[in-house]
Amino acid sequence: MEIQDFIASIAELFEDTDANDLTADTRFKELAEWSSLIALSIIAMVDEEYDVALKGDDIRKSNTIQDLFNIVKENA
Amino acid sequence: MYNPFSLNGKTILVTGGSSGIGRATAIECGKLGANVVVTGRNPERLKGVFDELDTSAAQRHQMVVADLATTDGIDCLTAALPNLDGLSSNAGTIVGNKPIRFLNEMDIQSIMQTNTFAHVLLAKLLFKKKLLNKGASCVFTVSIGGTLSHVPGSSIYGMSKAALDSFVKYAAIEFSARGIRCNSVCPGMIDTPLVNSPTLTDEDMAIDAQKYLLKRYGKPEEVARTAAFLLSDASSFITGTSIVVDGGYTVNH
Repeated sequence: MEIQDFIASIAELFEDTDANDLTADTRFKELAEWSSLIALSIIAMVDEEYDVALKGDDIRKSNTIQDLFNIVKENA
Repeated sequence: MYNPFSLNGKTILVTGGSSGIGRATAIECGKLGANVVVTGRNPERLKGVFDELDTSAAQRHQMVVADLATTDGIDCLTAALPNLDGLSSNAGTIVGNKPIRFLNEMDIQSIMQTNTFAHVLLAKLLFKKKLLNKGASCVFTVSIGGTLSHVPGSSIYGMSKAALDSFVKYAAIEFSARGIRCNSVCPGMIDTPLVNSPTLTDEDMAIDAQKYLLKRYGKPEEVARTAAFLLSDASSFITGTSIVVDGGYTVNH
């Protein structure tokens, strides 16, 4: 499980944010286009690609993409 | 005593009766004097609801464990039924609700099966087998979701409820030949196990509740009492329509 793949999958869910601007340290909820739909999309993407059932609370307590990735790794 | 809202002497079938709005409707109908036939999938929870039903007016209640998402379940239920004066059709799910780009055929079929097809097939069988008495009332739990409100990530749920809401109007027309009324109740967010989705945090729900004029989500009993009104003779000239029970959410958006 590579963080680069995870970042690429997250980048897919954003329309206006340049994929190259996303790194492990990106505070994803502070991005201009962050929305509840993207939050739901992250949960669905992680379920589909990693077979991990994230909760809304996991999104709430994660600040960076790395934080989120760590939760996915722990539960995979 | 004068009380057109009473359900005394009426026999009412409540589906999805083991939790949430269905459970509250079964209990409310019992309190208003109805003989309740309560059905649901989970035997333990259903028994719990059955035991809670009011019997102070010598009502005779019945419970039938059945999964209405299957044809066998619907057949099994209709075979066990007495003649009915009312139907409260509640079974519903949000499992598999997700953004459109992540939908798969199984999610779509499973939501449509429970939220739309099961209600349609049950109503069809009750009518065809003449299990609904003349002048009976059918009440379907729809939702503001898909009919009046559209939030991202819930397309199939909304679609299933809008389809059901549409069916209710056709049923009102076709069933009127026997004086049978059909209406829907459209709740906003109600505190039930169904809306406790793990994708929402308590914080999300608290913020969302502020969008309601009454600054809170509804209680199952508040929807149940609306259904009870539609099941009673107090609503005898109401058919083919829908009552919104949303604490002022839609008027505020």
